[in-house]
Amino acid sequence: MLTILFDGVAYGMLLFVLSVGLCVTLGLMNFINLAHGAFAMAGGYLTVVMMNWYGISFYWCLPAAFIVSAVLGVFLERTLYSRLYDKTHLDQVLFSIGLIFVATAAVDYVMGASQQIINLPAHLNGRFEFLGASIGVYRLFVIVICGLLTVALQFVIGRTRFGSRLRASVDDGRVARGLGIDVTFIFALTFAFGSGLAGLGGALGASILSMDPTFPLKYMIYFLIVIAVGGTTTITGPFFASILLGVADVAGKYFVPSIGGFIIYSIMVLVLIFKPEGLFARSTKR
Amino acid sequence: MQRRTVVAGLAGSAFAATFAGGIQIAAAQEVVKIGLIATLTGPQAASGRQKVAGARLFMAQHGNKVAGKTIELIVKDDTGVADQTRRIAQELIVNDKVAFLAGFSLTPLALAVAPVITQAKVPAIIMTAGTSVITERSPYFVRVSFTLPQQTVPLAEWAAKNGVKTAVSLVSDYGPGIDTQDAFKQRLEERGGKVVEQIKAPLANPEFAPFLQRAKDLKPDALLLFVPAPTAGSLMRQVVDRDLAGAGIKVIGTGDITDDDQLNSMGDAVIGLITSHFYSAAHDSPLNKKFVAEFKQANPNMRPNFIGVSGYDGMYAMYEALKKTDGKTDGTALVEAMKGMKWESPRGMMSIDPATRDVIQDVYIRKVEKKDGELYNIEFDVVKDVKDPLHK
Repeated sequence: MLTILFDGVAYGMLLFVLSVGLCVTLGLMNFINLAHGAFAMAGGYLTVVMMNWYGISFYWCLPAAFIVSAVLGVFLERTLYSRLYDKTHLDQVLFSIGLIFVATAAVDYVMGASQQIINLPAHLNGRFEFLGASIGVYRLFVIVICGLLTVALQFVIGRTRFGSRLRASVDDGRVARGLGIDVTFIFALTFAFGSGLAGLGGALGASILSMDPTFPLKYMIYFLIVIAVGGTTTITGPFFASILLGVADVAGKYFVPSIGGFIIYSIMVLVLIFKPEGLFARSTKR
Repeated sequence: MQRRTVVAGLAGSAFAATFAGGIQIAAAQEVVKIGLIATLTGPQAASGRQKVAGARLFMAQHGNKVAGKTIELIVKDDTGVADQTRRIAQELIVNDKVAFLAGFSLTPLALAVAPVITQAKVPAIIMTAGTSVITERSPYFVRVSFTLPQQTVPLAEWAAKNGVKTAVSLVSDYGPGIDTQDAFKQRLEERGGKVVEQIKAPLANPEFAPFLQRAKDLKPDALLLFVPAPTAGSLMRQVVDRDLAGAGIKVIGTGDITDDDQLNSMGDAVIGLITSHFYSAAHDSPLNKKFVAEFKQANPNMRPNFIGVSGYDGMYAMYEALKKTDGKTDGTALVEAMKGMKWESPRGMMSIDPATRDVIQDVYIRKVEKKDGELYNIEFDVVKDVKDPLHK
């Protein structure tokens, strides 16, 4: 029982790190970036290449995945995304879906379509018993990293000067500019950070989730569910939504395997009926 | 004026068509075309590469002249989408006038061409798809690969003989998965065992952990696994991560999950896994040693798997059928020629059942072991001449 809870939390944490970047771009920057999963895939594949081709330690792959995805994010934000900030949401959706297809085809061309498998360091494999629960070492590792990230993220956005500038830029870009805040720079940095987090999530998830070229499409649904359930106005919303979905998904598949795959969709339907603005959303003022 | 142009255009194109047709007929007397429909892009791409490599290797070894005809292999990619397979099959039959179709990496792809080949009377050689029912859907299907129940029933026999009283099955929720779990349950229960629970995971399933945990908590003697080959790697990682072997559960499956092409990348964790299948790259015969060596030489970084060998054997069956009909390409005669055909393949002896046009072959019980620094499925037991148990 505790094992299930633990697995669910780990899965939820992973979902959170993967989708939090999308919450930032969607909720804070009001930009629909469906290609978010492509950055996660970049991180995942970078890990595969570094570990399997060059034999670099897994621990170096994690920061590398973050940095490379973030740089990729900045590059695309400056060259492509920034042109679409003032376009309609439909344009943004079409554009980012197009990016997914480009990314999928590119990865397929370079790496092939088959699933990539990485071998984690031996000390991250294995399990141990704790209070009657069987704990997978790697899942514990994922929970710790993602937990630290969440705290850091909450702190940066809620407590630092950068965080308040970001919130100001989002709430009213014109006034923020008038106050001397470099909105463009802040958006680029935020976008990069969101992409970097996705890349890190991809690297962490490479051994649990399966890494293949269809990754961005396969997980897009999960990202969107997290955001639909959690709302986009806070960081804590998607966080609790991810945990809820992770636990519900794992527990559903464990206890009622015949309908297990459907549970997260049911939750989303219920949330959309009763709280269409998301489970944890603040009441919007605008 | 407009009308006249249209009429002239029609006449022109009709003339061109007749002319082109005439050339094709003249060429067809010399050339026999084989349309190989493989899945070369998308998640099943690995299967397409194996198939094409196997077929090309056969042609490299045996030349392209049979019964006075030149064999031309036309390879097309259907991207794993049934509509595409059907369209390509039609094009190959109508435009290229192929004598055979071959390939078909997934059951739905094979089923999609059944009406086409029945109407056109063109034999189609199935080189992968493994659901029993396929060969019943058209009298022009001939299978050289395998069926899933054919692999599963010997595994159930083996399990019953080796002290497995209770088992849980975990399969992907689609045709071949259901075939596998049902065939296993039926045979194990006939032999006095019991399948405690049949768990079906969604086909597009990112997280196996809860299903495996459930299987583990049921504490069966054995856990039967079946997922499509490309998913097997990540499933096996999870199996090892859950330490099912440590809980005293024998993990068994059909050979799809220890696919020779991917086995090495799964890591040492899979050592000891017991599977049943008709082909292992480690099969001990001179013919197979030659096959593996030349396959690797022609395709660096690849090791032949069950799909590669099926591509190879499919070419053999077509060559022999043409020899028997003396190069005539009448579809019905070619199918007749293949019925009852028996030969030695790199996998061992195999034949085509004259009644069902399905493959009859030996099924081996194997264990994953490390040999010369690589992981192989080492055969240690065999069930001879297994027919598909679901055909009537």
